[in-house]
Amino acid sequence: MLFYSFFKSLVGKDVVVELKNDLSICGTLHSVDQFLNIKFTDITVTDPDKYPHMLSVKNCFIRGSVVRYVQLPADECDTQLLQDAARKEAAQNRQR
Amino acid sequence: MNYLPGTASLVEEIDKKLLVVLRDGRTLIGYLRSIDQFANLVLHRTIERIHVGKKYGDIPRGIFVVRGENVVLLGEIDLENENNPQLEEVPIDDILEMQREEQIQKQQEEERKKKSMLERGLQPHSELHDDLF
Repeated sequence: MLFYSFFKSLVGKDVVVELKNDLSICGTLHSVDQFLNIKFTDITVTDPDKYPHMLSVKNCFIRGSVVRYVQLPADECDTQLLQDAARKEAAQNRQR
Repeated sequence: MNYLPGTASLVEEIDKKLLVVLRDGRTLIGYLRSIDQFANLVLHRTIERIHVGKKYGDIPRGIFVVRGENVVLLGEIDLENENNPQLEEVPIDDILEMQREEQIQKQQEEERKKKSMLERGLQPHSELHDDLF
């Protein structure tokens, strides 16, 4: 649930997603779900010549299982907060 | 997932004309009629669109049930932008021919790369293909 919460805090920000099929998509994060499926608004494909079929698509839904990386600008991400949250989550998991 | 604000859901995409990219590289375009928690989809009035360079061809497919694990992404087609001036539609037989040629070219390219790697004493890298992550 940690990364679900983390992505929820990033809703509205611009991120780049690299998929396992090597497609890179830049867009505004609209929403995310527990499977880390992502919905984007206003997408641009970073390399449109290789992938022409997305030319008339503005919003998309990306299945979480096909994401390789999510690239975010460093200033949108509080690493201290993430570390603390991860520690707390690890502690909870150990308790269970 | 039932009613949390900011949650990604496919419910809002129902009855919309969507572009679906599959793991094997295929592109389907159809009206989304049904979904479930695995992102299994039922597409209505589906066409398979094949792209080669700046040209494309459509094959009508009818009703498709897509297993969620094969879905890469679903894109909402912007109906104003849909008839793109940059892309040219060609008849199905032509695009299939072009696709076949593109496949042959890619295979030849792969063969050349494999050969030159072996010549240099390197193992040709067996890259995991699009399907099967």
